[in-house]
Amino acid sequence: MSDAVIWTVILALGIGTYAIRFSFLGFLGDRTLPDWVLRHLRYVGVAVLPALVAPMILWTNGPGSAVDPARLVAAAAGFAAGWRFGVVPALVAGMGTLYAVQALIG
Amino acid sequence: MTPFWRGFRDAAPFMLVVIPFSVLFGAVAREAGMDILQIMAMSAVVFAGSAQFTALALLQDGAPVFIAILAGLAVNLRMALYSVALIPHLGHAPFWKRGVMSYLMVDQAFAVAVKTYDSEPDMPRAAKIPYYFGVVASVCPLWLAFTWVGAVVGRTIPPDWQLDFALPICFIALTAPLLRSLAHVVACFVAVSVALMFAWVPWNLWLILAALAGMAAGAEVERRAARV
Repeated sequence: MSDAVIWTVILALGIGTYAIRFSFLGFLGDRTLPDWVLRHLRYVGVAVLPALVAPMILWTNGPGSAVDPARLVAAAAGFAAGWRFGVVPALVAGMGTLYAVQALIG
Repeated sequence: MTPFWRGFRDAAPFMLVVIPFSVLFGAVAREAGMDILQIMAMSAVVFAGSAQFTALALLQDGAPVFIAILAGLAVNLRMALYSVALIPHLGHAPFWKRGVMSYLMVDQAFAVAVKTYDSEPDMPRAAKIPYYFGVVASVCPLWLAFTWVGAVVGRTIPPDWQLDFALPICFIALTAPLLRSLAHVVACFVAVSVALMFAWVPWNLWLILAALAGMAAGAEVERRAARV
């Protein structure tokens, strides 16, 4: 990796990433969106966040790799604690369960 | 508590996620032969860890420069969804503030902000802007500070601690309370199913497929429920 390559990637990736982030919020920000768009937008959070983490929970090392049962149990514990109490209790319950189950079966 | 400090506090648990991730990037980039200035410039200019990891790994494998750039951008395409989803909440902010918000639009910021906006429909529009800035103030400076620590120290947090698992736990915890209608549950279920089925699609593009499928499913269930 030469210096020129690194700086090219930094600049191009930086500009492109900013363009993606700014795209809608920046250019359409103050406009009212049609109902059907708003209806879809209500589900971005519940669609993208679980989808982002589902493969991380199921597979320890990329798609199709080993399944760690401790992670599945820990995720369930985190879900229950998060649903009922919030993020910090979910972290305690999730990480605690992960370590405990791995100690038990490992 | 002001909205700013509420946002700061709500995002604080994510420090546990951001710190090890930042240290890891700094250390990995250093080992790949980048100098401190380049590492810090990359983290400050791109401001998107997973895309930086993707681009760096491709460069190390000897991939052409434009491939490394395109792959990094593909990984960041999910942020276009964040950008549009934040319009109803933050679109009324002045242009320059939307410019700053965009620069700091990281996964954690979107997750925490959208969770609060969604579960509190009565939150005043004016409070949503300082809330967002509180959220990003909590996690974004750490990204830079601990990239630097990782680059200088050159050592990562022991993988045995499995702190990488803190990210899924945090996101699950934020999503769980949002599953309050059939439409939300269906959107989540469809998105997760598509994500697992298409996880082999490279450069995180599976995530875009999963998100769009989930959104369409949720919107369709809502539309049918309203018609009955």
